[in-house]
Amino acid sequence: MKQIQLKKVSKNFGATEVIPPLDLDIEDGEFVVFVGPSGCGKSTLLRLIAGLEDVTSGQILINGKDATEMPPASRGLAMVFQSYALYPHMSVRKNIAFPLRMIGMPKDEQAKRVDEAAKVLNLTEYLDRRPGQLSGGQRQRVAIGRAIVREPTAFLFDEPLSNLDAALRVGMRLEISELHKRLDTTMIYVTHDQVEAMTMADKIVVLQSGVIEQVGTPLDLYHNPRNTFVAGFIGSPKMNLLTGKEAEKHGAHTIGIRPEHLTISTKKGGWEGTVGVSEHLGSDTFIHVECKAFDETLTVRASGEMDLSYGSKVYLTPDASNLHKFDENGMRMS
Amino acid sequence: MATQHSRSIARMMLAPATTLLLAWMLIPLIMTLYFSFKKYLPLRGGDLGWVGFDNYVRFISSSAFWPAVATTLIIVGGVLLITILLGILLALLLDQPIWGQGVVRILVIAPFFVMPTVSGLVWKNMFMDPVNGFFAHIWRVFGAEPIQWLSHASMPSLVMIISWQWLPFATLILLTAIQSLDSEQIEAAEMDGAKPLSRFFFIILPHLARAITVVVLIQTIFLLSIFAEIFVTTAGAFGTKTLTYLIFQRVLESQNVGLGSAGGVYAIILANIVAIFLMRIVGKNLDR
Ligand SMILES: Nc1ncnc2c1ncn2[C@@H]1O[C@H](COP(=O)(O)OP(=O)(O)OP(=O)(O)O)[C@@H](O)[C@H]1O
Ligand SMILES: [Mg+2]
Repeated sequence: MKQIQLKKVSKNFGATEVIPPLDLDIEDGEFVVFVGPSGCGKSTLLRLIAGLEDVTSGQILINGKDATEMPPASRGLAMVFQSYALYPHMSVRKNIAFPLRMIGMPKDEQAKRVDEAAKVLNLTEYLDRRPGQLSGGQRQRVAIGRAIVREPTAFLFDEPLSNLDAALRVGMRLEISELHKRLDTTMIYVTHDQVEAMTMADKIVVLQSGVIEQVGTPLDLYHNPRNTFVAGFIGSPKMNLLTGKEAEKHGAHTIGIRPEHLTISTKKGGWEGTVGVSEHLGSDTFIHVECKAFDETLTVRASGEMDLSYGSKVYLTPDASNLHKFDENGMRMS
Repeated sequence: MATQHSRSIARMMLAPATTLLLAWMLIPLIMTLYFSFKKYLPLRGGDLGWVGFDNYVRFISSSAFWPAVATTLIIVGGVLLITILLGILLALLLDQPIWGQGVVRILVIAPFFVMPTVSGLVWKNMFMDPVNGFFAHIWRVFGAEPIQWLSHASMPSLVMIISWQWLPFATLILLTAIQSLDSEQIEAAEMDGAKPLSRFFFIILPHLARAITVVVLIQTIFLLSIFAEIFVTTAGAFGTKTLTYLIFQRVLESQNVGLGSAGGVYAIILANIVAIFLMRIVGKNLDR
């Protein structure tokens, strides 16, 4: 069932058009990730759905009802902000209970829901603290707790993990995915980190300057990027995008090959090059190779044991079945 | 990361300023205490020797003393109440994006730059004058008998004048506090279903607590010693004699320095009682 539908929704701030008219359908129970570079309009799109910004034109349907003019509170959505936006003068318990208190739920029912949420999020022992006395990760969980007690139709997350350190981010990423599986509620999640997008999403929406470049499952985007922007954005390290004679040989303006689809050899291969910097991650080694054929540096994934000295001569061979071809407009060919 | 050495140097550097400040405060205090134990009538014989606690007993047993204390407290309380309530409202208004915001803000702050004597006189002669004052004209437009503001409603008038003077200060401090509120908090409350009134009481007001405390404490200090506004309007008549004004009358009108000094000591005690009382009520807002 389509739960949230955007129909020709656009947004202008004064004279600048931040989001040109776009259409988007979000299914019930889906985990949708909006991803794109900074300033591409991800937050704006999320805030339009939340009702914190008014649409300039177009229509937003939630559960089949026109929600374009509805105030945020009546849309039945809950949002987790990047800064968490906890109420600093209230205890964790009061923070989580706040939305329930606002709808006038009886006290004992409130307490029951808060305790439940606290148990799910491992917050029980912090319920009487103020937000200022919590760590970043704990604050994050309080913000999520405040969102889940309302049992909303959908959750909106705006870069919720960007204030956390790398280790905690991986942990919270799992917890949010876990939560999604358990609650089975629609979640819309904004991030500029494509790893978060790939690991969490059922469906990724790639945005660039307010335009949807592609919508699809993580693997779909990985295997069949619709254009060079998506190709370069999804996947880590980035896909190698190459132009010039070698591309023309394949009948394309640009060819793309991911680091993991290149084999490196010291003896023979398609493209000759010299080894630049090698990045050793233990499990893998990413080798930057200067290729004569393209005047470009290609990134290659090799096994963790691979040890090539700087400046040594190597040959690269692309895996033909994973070669992406793009025309002069950057669009995928076939 | 102050080391032992740098700390002792810092102390030496601070010494002149501290000494000056101490002298500045201690000398008048000691002189007040000194005179309060003397019979000192500059125009009627000068220094007439020590009298023990005579001045203290006479000052407190004067029929004017307790009314003066009450007047002082009413003025402080009334002005605080009005400036904080209106200050919050004005700050909320000024925080809205409106056309000509800059000009409006300067206009709101303007009364603070008017000298107390001037504003007292302007209010007395241009607004509250029962014959030619602005209010008198308004009253007549509605066919009502103009109020004799400063004689028949002397306390409300004074509280009004002083509130007008101090409202900009409260507004300014509260406005900066409102502007420092994270907009995401308001948006979160909005999403949580809080109506404008709930947003005000649950989010904005608690956020303002500290600023309100600062306004209360600073204004109290200045309001306890309010003088010019009373001097130029009622001159202490019609029950508007504050403790400060009473002291002024004892020292300058009755030329009794000893008695006035004893009053000064009472004023210090009153200020301290008020301060302790206030710190008890609102002081905890400051440490958070
Ligand atoms: N209130 C506003 N007034 C004018 N322009 C705005 C406003 N809010 C956002 N913009 C502009 O809209 C564009 C998109 O902003 P948005 O915050 O949605 O980006 P984003 O994709 O969330 O970026 P980031 O990843 O850095 O958070 C930006 O170019 C920004 O300058
Ligand atoms: Mg953003």
